[in-house]
Amino acid sequence: MTAPASYNIDLQTCQLYCERDDRVLFEGLDLQLNNGELLQLVGPNGAGKTSLLRLLAGLNRDFSGEVRWQGNHLADVYSEYAQQRLYMGHLSAVKKALSPLENLRWLTAAWQLPDDDLWQALDEVQLYGYEQTPCQQLSAGQQRRVGLARLALAEKGVGPMPLWILDEPFTALDKAGVAWLEGRLQQHVESQGSVLITSHHALENIASLRQLELGRI
Amino acid sequence: MSLVLATVKRDFLLAARNPGEWLNPLMFFLMVAALFPLAVDPDPEFLGKIAGGVIWVAALLATLLSLDALFKADVEDGSLEQWLASGESLYAMALGKALVHWCISGLPLTIMAPLLGLMLNLPGDAYSALLVSLAVGTPVLSLLGAVGAALTAGVRSGGLLLSLLILPLYIPVLIFAASAVYHAGIGMAYNGQVGFLGAILALAMCLSPFAVAAALKLNLSR
Repeated sequence: MTAPASYNIDLQTCQLYCERDDRVLFEGLDLQLNNGELLQLVGPNGAGKTSLLRLLAGLNRDFSGEVRWQGNHLADVYSEYAQQRLYMGHLSAVKKALSPLENLRWLTAAWQLPDDDLWQALDEVQLYGYEQTPCQQLSAGQQRRVGLARLALAEKGVGPMPLWILDEPFTALDKAGVAWLEGRLQQHVESQGSVLITSHHALENIASLRQLELGRI
Repeated sequence: MSLVLATVKRDFLLAARNPGEWLNPLMFFLMVAALFPLAVDPDPEFLGKIAGGVIWVAALLATLLSLDALFKADVEDGSLEQWLASGESLYAMALGKALVHWCISGLPLTIMAPLLGLMLNLPGDAYSALLVSLAVGTPVLSLLGAVGAALTAGVRSGGLLLSLLILPLYIPVLIFAASAVYHAGIGMAYNGQVGFLGAILALAMCLSPFAVAAALKLNLSR
């Protein structure tokens, strides 16, 4: 898999400060993310990992400091930014009454993929044979895989997604699932994509791993 | 745009999988009309006089009953977060959501209304006014209701709050619509009232999606 020449990841923060309920989560935070990097946010529960991730995804504007995407303020270029980063929160957005196929169709609606690709992606995340089963009959790990199937498709859409922002993607996955996801992250980073991830899972297999520890204040 | 269409499709599919959610308000609508003559005077002439008002009050309350769930599930399972993350316009989504809501609440109410009119001895001349007023008025109920549903989506048991917020906004619709049906029943023109309802609909269609979008953003920016 080769990187399209258009991959131009440049996410930068300057003097970020964020507090929740009168508690300072981080202050004076500077970070930089470029092509081919994987940045893992680590820290104890409640340290502000998810807050930082949502902030970098552009979903939370309640902070002071600057976030820049390719040199511009994130809020100014949000709709372009949104088409280049894939955000997966800890809520999976999977509807229990719908089947994995129907859910994936909605989750990837913006990419306008043919159904064949969706079937293939569901096979890839080991949901073969469950494509048409309502999600409420699936296990927690399997429901998680429905959301993760998007990662299998991230390069196929109308505009590829170079930047992935993932909040605890390893939750509820079995060993095979963890191995698949690790492989997928590795592949993405090798093809010059970038990943921002919060996880308590050790990711030492990935060469370009950087870690940022929160909750030291 | 593809996401708006996909969401509308998904919401229809969800409604088809969980018919209880939208059939319940319709049952309520039917039961109010069925019980009314038992509780008050069953004299046909009296019933005919109040039929339009009763049907409209029942339709309004049935709509209110169905609003609570409009955005709640999407907030809870992360769908709304995904929507915001997609960068697509929240205005379009608010319109799409209101459209689906009208198709599963306002539209069936409108279709059922003549049956209720028959049960309550509605004057023959008033049927067209009843249908027109419901067809123009119920979309307003869905659009205004969406604002309240968006504001209370993150609140646990926000149903009561939703009623308090939205009911005052429904009153102009109720007054014009019930008056249209009543005037048609006594053989007078009702196009003035329907004109007002149309104006309210045009206004609600343009403005309420902005309010819905702002309220949803507020819900998610925590």
